[in-house]
Amino acid sequence: MNWQAISLSLKLAVSVAGILLVAGLPIAYWVTFSRWRWKFLIEAVVALPLVLPPTVLGYYILVGLGPRTFAGKMWQSWFGHTLPFTFGGLLIASVLYSLPFAVQPFSAGFETVDRRLIEASWTLGASRPATFFRVILPLSAAGAITGIVLSFAHTIGEFGVVLMVGGNIPGVTRTVSIDIYDQVQAANYDAANRTALVLLLFSFLVLSVIYGTNRRAMSLWRKP
Amino acid sequence: MVALAGLALAAVVVPRVADAAPAPQVTQKPCGTVTVAAAADLSYAMNEIAANFEKATGCTVRVSTGSSGNFLSQIENGAPFDVFFSADIEYPKKLEAEGLAVPGSTYLYAVGKIVLWVRNDSRLDISKGLAALREPSIQKVAIANPQHAPYGRAAEEALRKSEVYDAVKDRFVLGENISQAAEFVESGNADAGILALSLVLSPGLKEKGRFWRIPENLYAPIQQGVVLVRASQNPQGARAFLDYIKSAATAALLERYGFVLPAKGKP
Repeated sequence: MNWQAISLSLKLAVSVAGILLVAGLPIAYWVTFSRWRWKFLIEAVVALPLVLPPTVLGYYILVGLGPRTFAGKMWQSWFGHTLPFTFGGLLIASVLYSLPFAVQPFSAGFETVDRRLIEASWTLGASRPATFFRVILPLSAAGAITGIVLSFAHTIGEFGVVLMVGGNIPGVTRTVSIDIYDQVQAANYDAANRTALVLLLFSFLVLSVIYGTNRRAMSLWRKP
Repeated sequence: MVALAGLALAAVVVPRVADAAPAPQVTQKPCGTVTVAAAADLSYAMNEIAANFEKATGCTVRVSTGSSGNFLSQIENGAPFDVFFSADIEYPKKLEAEGLAVPGSTYLYAVGKIVLWVRNDSRLDISKGLAALREPSIQKVAIANPQHAPYGRAAEEALRKSEVYDAVKDRFVLGENISQAAEFVESGNADAGILALSLVLSPGLKEKGRFWRIPENLYAPIQQGVVLVRASQNPQGARAFLDYIKSAATAALLERYGFVLPAKGKP
């Protein structure tokens, strides 16, 4: 069992979920409440990773941000290395790749909040941030939890982007999905089997626990 | 990846379809379509061989290229390939032993060579050989994954024998197969790579970089084997293709791509 790969995947998934919670909530808020006429363009950009194969994102990161392009040179001069083959590179790729999995449930949650409650809060003198944290977010907690869980789960299950830009470095970019792939290629079916089973049980457990809690969270808010 | 996923899917679906409708083997054409799985180091050479074979026989050849280990797993699980070109002859032998390949059909078609390769814009003095990799400016060295890619194993062995391994092991990036390792260096993301001679001589890389041949006493020969898959839907076509591989014309072509030919093709 490759615990190093498992813990790396967990670290990546927790980081991605954390970043998307912080970055995704404002984006989702804007997407939900903005009246800008070109808003649909931003919505389309956010949803792109749902449609694009991971190979496209992988290709852009590897070649488009490679050291031969302007953007890649800028990156290299700031950080001293290129984006691929680093944990940071993997993190950026994963955040982009899981963006819609956070923003869309967040936004769907916000949509369900009664506009009159939001406006009542404003007329009672609460600021917009206060209204967001004390009215909107509690009323859309289910959407927020779903977004976090989905981005976490999606990152654990990520494979294509990591295979393309990771470089398979133990402890840095060899995630559990890559490890299983390597085991299968080397015909170590026993090892692949064990890791796959652990991953399956773990994923099921996490999702069950969170959906279970999620239901209670929702019923909590429904009670007056 | 999408293609790999497709292959994996085909591996699951196709045998069932074949079971459901046991189509009588009436081949109008002399050989129909031959489906070939080829190790990544053959990518370029195989396209040319396939085109020549098609011209000579009127058959169609479908080529999939990828990692030998992946093809082994896929064939063990029913992938619909007729002929399998492995970068490691142990895989065809394993398939024969498992009863999944035509007994006695394994043929040593070439021996692969490895080289140290850098892009033209690199300042690395590769005439110093593998020791040049000690240079601190070299941040990433691309090799194929030694866990399952024969070229990766050879690279590791050569680095160990020249006592450079410990100095570079923390700077490795591992390609899923030798083509991906080449892509890592070609795109500039890795500073140097240990690649297959056949790839660096290919049209895609030839003009883009320079190479240093790694002495053959530093690594065990990379014996490349081809085998006929037993579950083939087109055994005659597969056999015809294998015979074509053994022809002098193909041998000359392989040599041009940097493969060294075995004296006689028996493993």
